[in-house]
Amino acid sequence: MSLAVEIASWALLLAGGAFCVIGGLGLVRLRGFFPRTHASSVLDGGGAGLILAGLLLQAGWTLVAVKLLVIGVLIFFASPTAAHALANAALARGVKLEQDGEAPSKR
Amino acid sequence: MMFAVAALALLVALGLALARAVAGPTVFDRALAGNSIGTLAMMMLAVLGFLAGRPEFLDLAILYGLLNVIGTIAVLKFFRVGDLGDPGEDPRP
Repeated sequence: MSLAVEIASWALLLAGGAFCVIGGLGLVRLRGFFPRTHASSVLDGGGAGLILAGLLLQAGWTLVAVKLLVIGVLIFFASPTAAHALANAALARGVKLEQDGEAPSKR
Repeated sequence: MMFAVAALALLVALGLALARAVAGPTVFDRALAGNSIGTLAMMMLAVLGFLAGRPEFLDLAILYGLLNVIGTIAVLKFFRVGDLGDPGEDPRP
């Protein structure tokens, strides 16, 4: 494994881990349900995407890389669908959107 | 070694998502945290698969991801409509 690919995959893995932690922090600290859906998608898109890319570089041209691509495609399609269903259900069941000018909810 | 660092970051994110799942006021916060925990578990499986040199963990990750999505959608349907639409009764006669 050439050194450049090794370093690139390590950098991607670290960036993915950083995005995961940032997404997790966003999930905990953001007030209100809908801002948290943003944090959850940061976690899905950034964290998972970069970690998968880092692993893909490590795997090279093997069957493992194909499985990683399948996971990537699964996350690519499943995560936005789930986020949409979540926001739709929350809105339908009366989770209030903060209008601008209104005090952000403390919950 | 980098896999251990990535696994540690994933562990921290899992803990935070779990904290949101426990503290979430509305049920949808919990469903959102559950969805995030599912994706994080998939990533943890993949990274640990590479760490332990076991490529079959990736199959587990794919399966877990599929089940997680179906579970989230089912929970949402239940909390939105009120029931999962048993095949027996027809809500709209």
